[in-house]
Amino acid sequence: MRTAVVVFPGTNCEHDVVYAIDALGGETELVWHRENDLSDFDGVILPGGFAHGDYLRTGAIACFSPVMVEVGRLAQAGAPVLGICNGFQMLCEAGLLPGALIANRDLSFICRFVDLEVIDVDTVLTCAAAVGQRLRIPLNSYEGNWVNPTDTGRVALRYVDDPNGSQHRAAAVANSRGNVAGIMPHPERGIEEILGSADGQVLLESYLTSLVPA
Amino acid sequence: MKVTVTINRRPEIADPEGATVMRALHDLGYTEANEVRMDRVIHMEMDGEDVEMIKAEVEKMCRQVLANPVLEDFEIEVAG
Repeated sequence: MRTAVVVFPGTNCEHDVVYAIDALGGETELVWHRENDLSDFDGVILPGGFAHGDYLRTGAIACFSPVMVEVGRLAQAGAPVLGICNGFQMLCEAGLLPGALIANRDLSFICRFVDLEVIDVDTVLTCAAAVGQRLRIPLNSYEGNWVNPTDTGRVALRYVDDPNGSQHRAAAVANSRGNVAGIMPHPERGIEEILGSADGQVLLESYLTSLVPA
Repeated sequence: MKVTVTINRRPEIADPEGATVMRALHDLGYTEANEVRMDRVIHMEMDGEDVEMIKAEVEKMCRQVLANPVLEDFEIEVAG
């Protein structure tokens, strides 16, 4: 079961994701954004960072990278597709997730642990968790304020407090099928107690258990 | 031809940057300034002479990449 971890120019969380997935027993490979064949992979993770400098809008240029055609194909095929932070922004820009991410309500770059509540467990990000479960993982973003005028999709996780103005206090959302999910905080940075929390494990384990052979 | 594209966030979508600039203006005593919105302007030089064709092409760019249809509207001006 192989996961492609996509690297764009400006991505900076790919090694954290690889470390976390490998530590949980998954198999990963870093894939450059120019790649146009992901047929060897069963799932894909778009890690955080500042792809293409976040120019124009966060994720806007990245969603036209060649690899995104394959990400779209995997999403369509029902494979787990997970976007973390900047990856979440890309999935929204690509239209694979509803809504868009704008600047935090108070225009502050938020870098701290946040408490999350599991709302919906029928997604690749949350299927190993329980509804109502509380998770504490780091948030690290400026544009984490999710807005969705059409009010479609599902909220998988919500902030217990309201750090950034996100609609429905959404911290993670999924498409209606549940196989494409985006999360603004970083589960990969909360997988060991030495990092301050191991609560991110259940989210990445959800992703791993959602993988089925391509 | 010179093309100017103005991309503005739709009024019903929050604009935290505009709200912050407005607060700063109010702090400086400019309390008459309200509804501050931060638009984005893109300038480009387009090949060709046909204004309508250029407009149509730039509109395509806006729908595909320059604007986010979830949040934003756009206006295109073509000047010879």
